[in-house]
Amino acid sequence: MTRYLARKILLYLLTFWFAVTIDWMIPRLMPGDPIDGLIGRIQADSTASQNLHGYFTESFELDQPLWQQYLNFWQGLIRGDLGPSITYVGSTVGELMWAAIPYTLALLVPAIVLSYVAGNRVGAMAARRKVLDNTALPVAYVLTAMPYMWLAIMLVYVVSFRWELFPVSGAYDFSLQPAWTWEFARSFLSHWFLPFLTLFLVAFGGWAIGMRNLIIYELEADYANYLQSLGAPNKLVRKYAYGNAVLPQMSGLALALGAVVGGALVTEIVFGYPGIGTLILAALQNRDYFLLQGLFLLIITGVLIANFIVDILYVIVDPRTRTGIQGT
Amino acid sequence: MSSAESRADLVATPEVALTGQGAGDVELGPRGKRFEALHFALRNTKLVIGASVVLAFLALALVGPLLTDATPFEFGYPLGQPPSSEYWLGTTAPGQDVFAQFVYGLRSSFVVGALAAAIASVIGMAVGFVGGYRGGVIDDVLSMLTNIVLVIPTLAVLIIVSAYLSVGSLRSEAILIGLTSWPWAARAIRAQTFSLASRDFVSLARLSGQGTARVILREIAPNMSSYLFLTFILLFGGAVLTAATLDFLGLGPSQVMSLGLMMNTAVSNAALQLGMWWWFVPPGVGITAIVGGLYVMNVGLDEVFNPRLRRT
Repeated sequence: MTRYLARKILLYLLTFWFAVTIDWMIPRLMPGDPIDGLIGRIQADSTASQNLHGYFTESFELDQPLWQQYLNFWQGLIRGDLGPSITYVGSTVGELMWAAIPYTLALLVPAIVLSYVAGNRVGAMAARRKVLDNTALPVAYVLTAMPYMWLAIMLVYVVSFRWELFPVSGAYDFSLQPAWTWEFARSFLSHWFLPFLTLFLVAFGGWAIGMRNLIIYELEADYANYLQSLGAPNKLVRKYAYGNAVLPQMSGLALALGAVVGGALVTEIVFGYPGIGTLILAALQNRDYFLLQGLFLLIITGVLIANFIVDILYVIVDPRTRTGIQGT
Repeated sequence: MSSAESRADLVATPEVALTGQGAGDVELGPRGKRFEALHFALRNTKLVIGASVVLAFLALALVGPLLTDATPFEFGYPLGQPPSSEYWLGTTAPGQDVFAQFVYGLRSSFVVGALAAAIASVIGMAVGFVGGYRGGVIDDVLSMLTNIVLVIPTLAVLIIVSAYLSVGSLRSEAILIGLTSWPWAARAIRAQTFSLASRDFVSLARLSGQGTARVILREIAPNMSSYLFLTFILLFGGAVLTAATLDFLGLGPSQVMSLGLMMNTAVSNAALQLGMWWWFVPPGVGITAIVGGLYVMNVGLDEVFNPRLRRT
């Protein structure tokens, strides 16, 4: 078990190093002078651009040798200093990210957990049951093929604008301040529900299909046939099949994290939900590169941590990883 | 974005796929096998439905632009008109033809999807074949690389790269997507290759002195061609979704109309508030139909290639 987890940790450390290096390299590798590009977009007059050029050269520390730049980048990272934001003058990238993280997690965590649990249940039920299979499966395929932002757009349009059941955008009513009151909690939940539902539905479709296919494979396996020929009740056979099918689904969970996070980003944008996604859009629109680079590292770190949590869960579910026989 | 990587689990598990193929070889010659596959293909509802949807939209993408004089970015049409006999899908708030945008957008989706899937397939095959066949240190290094790229969320990389690079054409968008979406394919192909590499006919080829490239191309690849095709389809669907997400964020080519860009402009021009459903419904329907069609087609093909799955 320790070997299994140690290998995973090594992989994540390597990945983190790789990601930080990409993050550092991209602005320096891009064709042309990145600073000229930046200033060109800001469209300042000539004296102002000269000042800006000096400012940016200093901020990016482009006047220093490359290895020094790289070391400085790491030092800043370890101190938690990701630079100032250009979009929100006076705020640091770190402050902006800390303010946005809770909202994104509030959407992502319940959506991932609930869609995984519900999708696996429904998928397992649908396998080898004609009626359910023929009704649930097409729905699951449509759901999983939908772009997140489009489902979000449709929900806002139909549920919020046409039926006026839920608020249109934001995380809570503008007249309120975040506080531990019932009024705020109600407002928060009503704003939270539709973005959550978007993420839940798309992810749910994928899990249901995956589980349904896996159960069908498992029910064809020798051990399932053997159990059946011994006269074991169907329920027992399905229980074993489920136990085996959960393992690949769980490694799939680690793979799907990146996709769901991406989905959350665009869903937030449609709903104007003040999380990481909305921050990314602001950073993109204002060419706020410090903010963008910080957000990139934040997403990578988040996904790596989530992957590690899945690994630990995997150890709990799969006995092979505990006894030293390598699982996946 | 739901990219291809999350769909890795839809591909058949290696053992089952291989047994299916082997069984076909024993009973029938290659000719008979082809007819057998066709026989089951035409009777497989999933394959027929999925392929019909994809082909219908492909036809619309090819023929659609010929049916209209309007070009996607051209202004000067009535402002915000609902669908009518003159403007089949209505017009946008600033006065562009939605039908023209839609059919040109469909074209972009197919171009980016096919190109990105081709690039990702080539990288995935190169890494998977070599790693699975050669094993040893080469495999360790390639697997490590695959796992690293696999864990990094694709969209985050694409966002930061395209923010600096400002993507100007469909081709560069497809290259970027292809370069980031290969890892799960490489992993799946590696596993397949690994189990094929120990088969007798591969050992025989190796013993007779054939080089790595030749064994892979002549012995291994043909024996998992159906699997490779399924991988390509899933990569295609994933690339269409990823491209739509990038375009929606305004990171795709701004001079080329795409379905994601349509949604972007619809949202930023308050089409939702104005109730202009004809502006944002078609692009989503187009993407969902193409991607859903590809996925359903994939399952159908899996059943055709895989006799054990047919008795559902």
